[in-house]
Amino acid sequence: MTARTLYRKLVDAHTVATLDAQNVLLFCDLHLMNEYTSPQAFAGLHEKARGVAMPEQNVAVVSHVIPTEPGVIRVIRDAAPALQASNLKRNCERHGIPLFDTNDALQGIEHVIAPEHGMIRPGMVVICGDSHTTTYGALGALGFGIGTSEVEHVLATQTLVYRLAKDMRIQVDGTLPVGTTAKDLVLMIIGKIGAQGARGHVIEFTGSAFEGLTVEARFTVCNMAVEAGARGALMAPDARAIAYVLQRAPDIAGDVRAAALRHWATLHSDEGAAFHVEHRFDASEVAPHVTWGTSPDQVIAIDGTIPRPQEQGAGPLRRSTEQALAYTGLTPGASLQGTPIQHVFIGSCTNARIEDLRAVAEVVRGRHVAAGVRAMVVPGSGAVKQQAESEGIAELLQQAGFEWREPGCSMCLAMNGDILEAGVRCASTTNRNFEGRQGRGAITHLMSPAMAAAAAVTGNITDVRRLEPCHA
Amino acid sequence: MRNRHVLSGRAAALAIENLDTDQIMPKQFLHGIDKSGLDRGLLYDLRFDAAGQPRPDFVLNRPERAGTSVLVGGANFGCGSSREHAVWGLQQYGIEAVIAPSFGEIFYSNAMNNQLLLVMLPEVDIAALMADAERLETCEVLIDIAALRVRSASVDAGFRLSERHQRMQLEGLDVIGLSLTYAESIKAFAQSHWQQQPWLRDVASTTFARLRCP
Repeated sequence: MTARTLYRKLVDAHTVATLDAQNVLLFCDLHLMNEYTSPQAFAGLHEKARGVAMPEQNVAVVSHVIPTEPGVIRVIRDAAPALQASNLKRNCERHGIPLFDTNDALQGIEHVIAPEHGMIRPGMVVICGDSHTTTYGALGALGFGIGTSEVEHVLATQTLVYRLAKDMRIQVDGTLPVGTTAKDLVLMIIGKIGAQGARGHVIEFTGSAFEGLTVEARFTVCNMAVEAGARGALMAPDARAIAYVLQRAPDIAGDVRAAALRHWATLHSDEGAAFHVEHRFDASEVAPHVTWGTSPDQVIAIDGTIPRPQEQGAGPLRRSTEQALAYTGLTPGASLQGTPIQHVFIGSCTNARIEDLRAVAEVVRGRHVAAGVRAMVVPGSGAVKQQAESEGIAELLQQAGFEWREPGCSMCLAMNGDILEAGVRCASTTNRNFEGRQGRGAITHLMSPAMAAAAAVTGNITDVRRLEPCHA
Repeated sequence: MRNRHVLSGRAAALAIENLDTDQIMPKQFLHGIDKSGLDRGLLYDLRFDAAGQPRPDFVLNRPERAGTSVLVGGANFGCGSSREHAVWGLQQYGIEAVIAPSFGEIFYSNAMNNQLLLVMLPEVDIAALMADAERLETCEVLIDIAALRVRSASVDAGFRLSERHQRMQLEGLDVIGLSLTYAESIKAFAQSHWQQQPWLRDVASTTFARLRCP
């Protein structure tokens, strides 16, 4: 038998039928839905009098439009998003699909709640009408985002017509230096391979650098693989990943557990498996990274300098650098350090898990949000929020001047009213610095939770490694 | 204009790399439960100023550009968010085809599922097409979907489309209907899949039930 990549093993194990040389009918183990990319899919089903094939394999959550203002009862005030939430509820009730509704104590961002409750398991195919579904590669599950037509297809058939991707391997060995995180690593990788560097490929991340990461940190890496254009991201499940799943999935017990462990041990690329593209990086060279432009690959190490368009030839690269700098209002050749920020956003499916909030608390302890800065923390889920409150993180951050809010996607994409004014510069732990994403004319600088915390307490983009020790 | 095999129309150039779907269809237009009204939101921040007035300098706002049906874009067009609203909005505005060096992957699938034609050409052809699109006299583009060729004043190039996507463009396949013909195979597959990996069965419903009654 020929040596196969982990990606090919997962595709083969889910292929119901081969449709042609490029497409298979792919069985989907778990389908997650939200309130804004599913309504037209349900409507399409209803129009054609089609049912949901396997409702037990589907779950929904109100995540994108939900307000995050602190409060006991959450009310979506605007009529249109309120209708999206009630419509989702109606659709879920009609078809027997479980729903984490607006006021569910466990409500949160899809990609935070699914793994934290043990719903993501090695070897799964997981899809969702949300591009950051690549997150689940961290547990050896093939996750990827789909559009609404495909949501309808999955509802009707529990399968997808799936175009095969190519294999890419990104090997990173070594240990991340003190003060750097998985976010810095993935931003560095995106900077090096580009916003379409992995287009058409599923990335398998291998090497000691990833082995050394916690599962939550691995989520951050796989989550942002889509920002390099990847159609999926994978990490072979190791003891740490398996322990994470078993702790959260009590139904995997006894003989089933033994069988699962045997199966999961096969979830790795075979010796000699061929990859279409391979990259290698050294973790020891990673520094804190911050974006300067309007695409996640427009990123530099904090001790680097902003590119000069005139050094980038005469083609599209130069044009996009000029366009980005015109929007972000930064000076070519300058450093990002010391750039004043007015807003800090700690949140999103990339960096709003408990470890992210602990990292923020560690930097903030004994310090206060700088004058003139508004700093928000939006935990990734109700469970993360409760955990942070029980650890005293919420209290510490609030006393330091942060707003402690309710869970949701919030200002990552600003669909819920958490939106920035034009000209506001934001240090953000999110995944996209696109023009206008956090608000028309607002400027997003992507960075790690620790770096965002350092920006909050200094009021500037700051190298967290150079913060003066604090003895408060 | 589009008939079964040939699409022709006036092209406009959007010389922007990585034009993401957030820009193609901003957040404030994503609050519907149907597909209507998305023509208003298309490229909103590029088309309108902060006060909601059309930006006269933007190509699609020039009166002589009314009826533009083809966009020529930069690399990685449609990257980012999976929102299919971007495709619906382009079509509702009257765009029938986008020509670019490359496209975001989810956007590509979304476009195919809606019969929005996407044509990938090398950078050099894109540069020539953009130059043609700049001038009203040369902005006409003809795309032959059956022959897989693009023609403009200075470009005559072949392009690739998978056989499946070509059929979807030409015939408008009911993809779900076709997949439903596999319904029995899917059921049989699921039974065997769950027999081999019982820990993958009903994960959504059983987890949800467990969380409700701990």
